[in-house]
Amino acid sequence: MKRVYTLEDLDCANCAAKIEKAINDIPEVIKAEVSFMTQRLVVELEEKNLQEVEKKINEVVKKVDSDVTLKLK
Amino acid sequence: MKRRQQVKKIVIAAILFVMGFIFSKDSLASEIMFLISYVLAGYDVIGKALRNMVKRQFLDENFLMVIATFGAIFLKEYSEAVGVMLFYQIGELFQSYAVNQSRKSVAALMDIRPEYANLKHGKEIRKVSPDDVKIGDVIVIESGERVPLDGVVIKGVSLVDTSAVTGESVPRELEKGDKIISGSININGLLEVKVQSKYQESTVSKILDLVENAGNKKAKTEQFITEFARLYTPIVVVLAILLAIIPPLFWEGAVFQDWLYRALTFLVISCPCALVISIPLSFFGGIGAASKQGILIKGSNYLQALSEAETIVFDKTGTLTKGNFTVVDIQSEKYSPHELLRYAAYAGFHSSHPVSKSIREAYKEKIDNGLISSFEEIPAHGVKAEVDGHEIYVGSKKLLEKNKMTSPQIKAIGSIVYVAIDGEFAGWIRIADEIKSDAKQALKDLKDLGIKELVMLTGDTKAAGKSVAKALGLDKVYTELLPHQKVSQLEHILQETKSGKVVFVGDGLNDAPVLARADIGIAMGGVGSDAAIEAADIVIMTDEPSKIVLARHISQKTMSIVKENIIFALGIKFSVLGLGAIGIATMWAAVFADVGVSVIAILNAIRTLYVRR
Repeated sequence: MKRVYTLEDLDCANCAAKIEKAINDIPEVIKAEVSFMTQRLVVELEEKNLQEVEKKINEVVKKVDSDVTLKLK
Repeated sequence: MKRRQQVKKIVIAAILFVMGFIFSKDSLASEIMFLISYVLAGYDVIGKALRNMVKRQFLDENFLMVIATFGAIFLKEYSEAVGVMLFYQIGELFQSYAVNQSRKSVAALMDIRPEYANLKHGKEIRKVSPDDVKIGDVIVIESGERVPLDGVVIKGVSLVDTSAVTGESVPRELEKGDKIISGSININGLLEVKVQSKYQESTVSKILDLVENAGNKKAKTEQFITEFARLYTPIVVVLAILLAIIPPLFWEGAVFQDWLYRALTFLVISCPCALVISIPLSFFGGIGAASKQGILIKGSNYLQALSEAETIVFDKTGTLTKGNFTVVDIQSEKYSPHELLRYAAYAGFHSSHPVSKSIREAYKEKIDNGLISSFEEIPAHGVKAEVDGHEIYVGSKKLLEKNKMTSPQIKAIGSIVYVAIDGEFAGWIRIADEIKSDAKQALKDLKDLGIKELVMLTGDTKAAGKSVAKALGLDKVYTELLPHQKVSQLEHILQETKSGKVVFVGDGLNDAPVLARADIGIAMGGVGSDAAIEAADIVIMTDEPSKIVLARHISQKTMSIVKENIIFALGIKFSVLGLGAIGIATMWAAVFADVGVSVIAILNAIRTLYVRR
């Protein structure tokens, strides 16, 4: 399934690239794409354990840049 | 608010920094000024660096900046330490400002989301969300309001500005019976509209969907920059460490302080920021500039591909031609063109054949039914009628022959309609599909913009296809193709084109498979067909071929700005790294290679937003 999030206060382009790589490294994530300009994260993921995966994504985002907030679109 | 405080902080830090220079060098007063300035400019960077250290994010730019400036302080190069931190902060501030501005201006370009609809229920009018309006409901649109849903005008006359949706700058006058598209703006009158589609399926929703998803398909160059950035920082940091350790250990006479200074210049240039920001920004600007002109591009990958296009394949009907049949020529020796047309229009008044219809449309004047005393339709041949006491035949050459009349053989493109008056051939009318007014210029411009081959595919006859191709100056034309043959013909062209990309342009009505098969599929004529929008990579809202020229121009301009930025940023960074390694470049040069280059690259990238012809 596909889920679209906004990355609020994503101000650093390098962080966007790092966030994208880190989310792609989560095993349950099939594909993640971060657009720095539109502040959007599109994640393709397995349907099970959605809440857990979402928690992991949030952790990864906070780890790279603690100013960024993940919000479901 | 956050940004304003940041600006205040930086201004105060900068004043203290300048004061540090006013006091005599190495005096206590000067050092205190520098110290306060450093702490003021850098405390939040230091805070972030500490947090990242805890999280083991050692390649973070904040952390590296702190190491570089601490190193400078250790070397007693106070002014350099403050300078690096101060300029780094100014650069960051500028970046976030520039990015925010471009986000806002692109959002403004696409600000076509209607907020409400005035739903009419009997005599009562209520403001509701466009989502709550159903097909068949009647809505009222006042002057100045945005049209919330697609529909048909049932009452009122008004000028409507469709520029946000179609890129067409001339407002159109709409009246009862005309279609109205959501996202356009009602300029002066009051309109009542019967809704024809739900909000999710309305034009405005489709456009917004398309634009919002555009950022997530990245161009090759963008992907390359991301990969490059991933490797660049670790490599520069490792080189910096080696530079600080190896020469002093193995090289007699090498002073540790000198080599540490060189290593610190490396750390200052260790962020690939100039590229990671300016490249996506350029593509974003290019896509934004295109959407302002009614050209919707589904991703920066297609923008880049379009700049590399070498062959453009066009569908004929509806793409290069208008797709409607009109009278293009009237010839007669005995009668004036108007007289001949008048007789033909009267004779075909009761006929529903497309040819009769186009003759009536060309005649324009009102037809007096009382003058027609008899009418007969002769299937597959034409019509016979008695008009104002004259016997008229209108139809094929065969129709005249059958009724024992001779007529010359006319060789011309399109359908020739023979007219006989009172038992004698009187003249002929030529009916053809009209070429769009901007088509010829558009094709010429595309050649000027580096397209090598222009090809046309059509299901039409050889004669009709060839004549259009000749009039427009196309390089190749393939005629009498069935829809599936268009796909195989395109595949053949794809195989033959070795280097560049192949574009297919169609009106999207029945060429979705061809649109999907091409490297870049361009659907013209807006959001008419869902299948076409799904299959196409670029959607042009109007049906003007000249928009393809504009799209190509924007793509090339964007790519040249992207290339300028890559060459410029890498060129400066690598030269300063090289000069830094041999001890020529100072930390000031390094700050320029980092912050200065970012600022210049961003300013250059923003130019894409304003590309026009």
